[in-house]
Amino acid sequence: MKNLIVAPAPHAHSGDSVRKNMLLVIAALMPAYAVSLAAFGWGALIVTLISIAACCATEWLIAKFILKQQPTLCDCSAILTGLLLAFNLPSNLPWWLIVIGAVVAIGVGKMTFGGLGQNPFNPALVGRVFLLIAYPVQMTTWPLPQGFNAVDAATGATPLAYMKQIVKNGDMSLMDKLPDLQDAFFGFMGGSLGEVSALALIAGGIFLICTKVITWHIPVSILATVAAFAALGAPAGMCPCHYTALTLCTGGIMLGAFFMATDYVTSPMTGWGKIIFGIGIGLIVMVIRTWGAYPEGMSFAILIMNATVPLLNKIRPKRFGEVVKK
Amino acid sequence: MNTFKIGGVHPKDNKLYSAHQPIIECGLPKQAIIPLAQHIGAPAKPVVQKGDKVKVGQLIAEAGGFVSANVHSGVSGTVTKIDVTTDAWGMKMPAVFIDVEGDEWMEDINRTSDVLRECAMEPKEIIDKIAKAGIVGLGGACFPTHVKLCPPPGQKAEVLIVNGVECEPYLTCDHQLMLEHGEEIMIGIQITMRALGINRAVIGIEKNKPDAIARMTELAHKALGIEVKPLKLKYPQGGEKQLIDACIGRQVASGALPISVGAVVDNVATIFAIYEAVQKNKPLISRVMTVTGKSVKKPGNYLVRFGTPLAQVIEMAGGIPEDTGKIIGGGPMMGRAMNSVDMPAHKRTSGLLFLPEDESRRGEVANCIRCGKCVTACPMGLEPYLLSRMSELKMYDEMEQHNVMDCIDCGCCMFTCPSHRPLLDYIRSGKGIVGGNIRARQAAAKAAAEAKK
Repeated sequence: MKNLIVAPAPHAHSGDSVRKNMLLVIAALMPAYAVSLAAFGWGALIVTLISIAACCATEWLIAKFILKQQPTLCDCSAILTGLLLAFNLPSNLPWWLIVIGAVVAIGVGKMTFGGLGQNPFNPALVGRVFLLIAYPVQMTTWPLPQGFNAVDAATGATPLAYMKQIVKNGDMSLMDKLPDLQDAFFGFMGGSLGEVSALALIAGGIFLICTKVITWHIPVSILATVAAFAALGAPAGMCPCHYTALTLCTGGIMLGAFFMATDYVTSPMTGWGKIIFGIGIGLIVMVIRTWGAYPEGMSFAILIMNATVPLLNKIRPKRFGEVVKK
Repeated sequence: MNTFKIGGVHPKDNKLYSAHQPIIECGLPKQAIIPLAQHIGAPAKPVVQKGDKVKVGQLIAEAGGFVSANVHSGVSGTVTKIDVTTDAWGMKMPAVFIDVEGDEWMEDINRTSDVLRECAMEPKEIIDKIAKAGIVGLGGACFPTHVKLCPPPGQKAEVLIVNGVECEPYLTCDHQLMLEHGEEIMIGIQITMRALGINRAVIGIEKNKPDAIARMTELAHKALGIEVKPLKLKYPQGGEKQLIDACIGRQVASGALPISVGAVVDNVATIFAIYEAVQKNKPLISRVMTVTGKSVKKPGNYLVRFGTPLAQVIEMAGGIPEDTGKIIGGGPMMGRAMNSVDMPAHKRTSGLLFLPEDESRRGEVANCIRCGKCVTACPMGLEPYLLSRMSELKMYDEMEQHNVMDCIDCGCCMFTCPSHRPLLDYIRSGKGIVGGNIRARQAAAKAAAEAKK
């Protein structure tokens, strides 16, 4: 008889893999990507392709020549980082800035720590925040959605900048500059490439929860905290419901809650850890939006909470038999 | 529908190959090798000698301690030697070798298929009979049943939980036993309840066996105090602690025994053996085994006398399939991969599973991506990723603080890991060392206490 394979149990596997999870997240981002293509046209496509290519190249080069290990591009995590980085960039960003962002994201954010699974901070956000601090002008000049027809894209401030003015200075004359709630929900407003359509992002997020790639804890706790904060802190003269809805649908809240904060590597392991993590992000983003210097703070909020993950992982899951019912 | 509350996974149940295959008796071997350590605890001590004639059902070895079990011959013939045999996992154990002659049974064994309903025996008599018959838990652990039926002083059984879950994928022997011998199992339950002095029993059956649920429910209507609990499909529901939680909603505390929440758990096959021992005087000399796999020619449920070479059982199922890469004794989640089939069937062999070569190898290991899926899957509420890492780094004290001794070896963590990390391998090896440390500490404390006296 030929040799038998011997190994300890279990002999069955769920069939899950890193690659499968990454591909599912990429699939879940596609509705939002379709909207941003419709809104920003060629710019969105070019930014994405450059970002993904630069991320993959950086990972391959560092793995091959610096870490001297087998590059693991097959797990698709670099592609996802590239896509997420692109989602956080304006669609008219010059190519060399995208490349710098990608090098920082993968090089500093991920490979410095040893590659997949080792990084404490979300790589895409490390790249994005670096660009935001180093090149604030380019990073905050967003084209307005014009689709593929645009020749010279018009640019404008985002609704968040106006909202900040309203909240901070009570300048109600800016009220009519705020987008329609419907436009914000469906994605017809200025902003980073991937964050314009709340509807498409929610659809993708629900898909991820249904396919068990992520759990509900982080998105729900972020959104609930942001909603509660907004409802309580709505400026006088503005309907709290309208303000809350607008807060949730603008900027990076949806993208962050469903896709950035839920990154496996940089989020806590247990349910309660995830909930506290989400509440922390929600609070920090609202503090930055209300009192900080920047109109948006989702990237900062997630990165700051990323730093707390080792601590949050001390929260242990509920053990079997802890509460003995007699 | 009930299930246990923490963790669990959903492996494909793959029971279709051998489900509903009637139990077929496997023929007698030419030579039977009957191991004397078919149970947890001390090996049994042989009471026969080379040259002795033995009959089917004759006692050939006596329990070698309190936690031990009698061993009976499954065949009739002449004892040729008492020697050490090596099983398919490389474990050496003493065994009685018997050359088979005819099929002559002990006279006091009732071999008819009549169903005997009446039992007026005292609890002590029943437990005595179970001990004499060498009955052990046939669900896998092989813990001597009579020990389980005598709760330690101060603890009282309240409910008998009967395990008809069979949560291991592929295996169908318990399912088929419930379909064919439901009535006997029901009587066995009543006898066991009588032995324990209780009036409540719950039979847990997963919903992928609707016919067994229907059959047992119908039978339970005629009996007092017996209830059938259909359970949601989830592995490892057949684990003792998980099953108690699923059936009666009580959780056994860390390190405690089921009796601490008033529960005694027995497998349906064990209950059937109790029926046969008490009502028919038949000791435990055979069991139903599932032989299965995608490429097995005649997958099915075979009634095998202990001592029969596995090769003979495999022959009945159509031989070892061409594409076999791995042979597993038991199911795919907790069963053990064998390096040969050169061993006899005994009380522990609940099934033989032939996995094709392409399903036999583990996936390529990648970095942990800290997804937390192992934490969600762990039915004991542990953190497998952390325990595994601690074990790699030899942080045994930390492992103990993180309750590694609660681990039940179910394999949910490894099953679910997208990075194919060998979590359970590390945890298991660390658990062995932590267990040793704890025992050493206890021994030292005991010695110190005695020195004080």
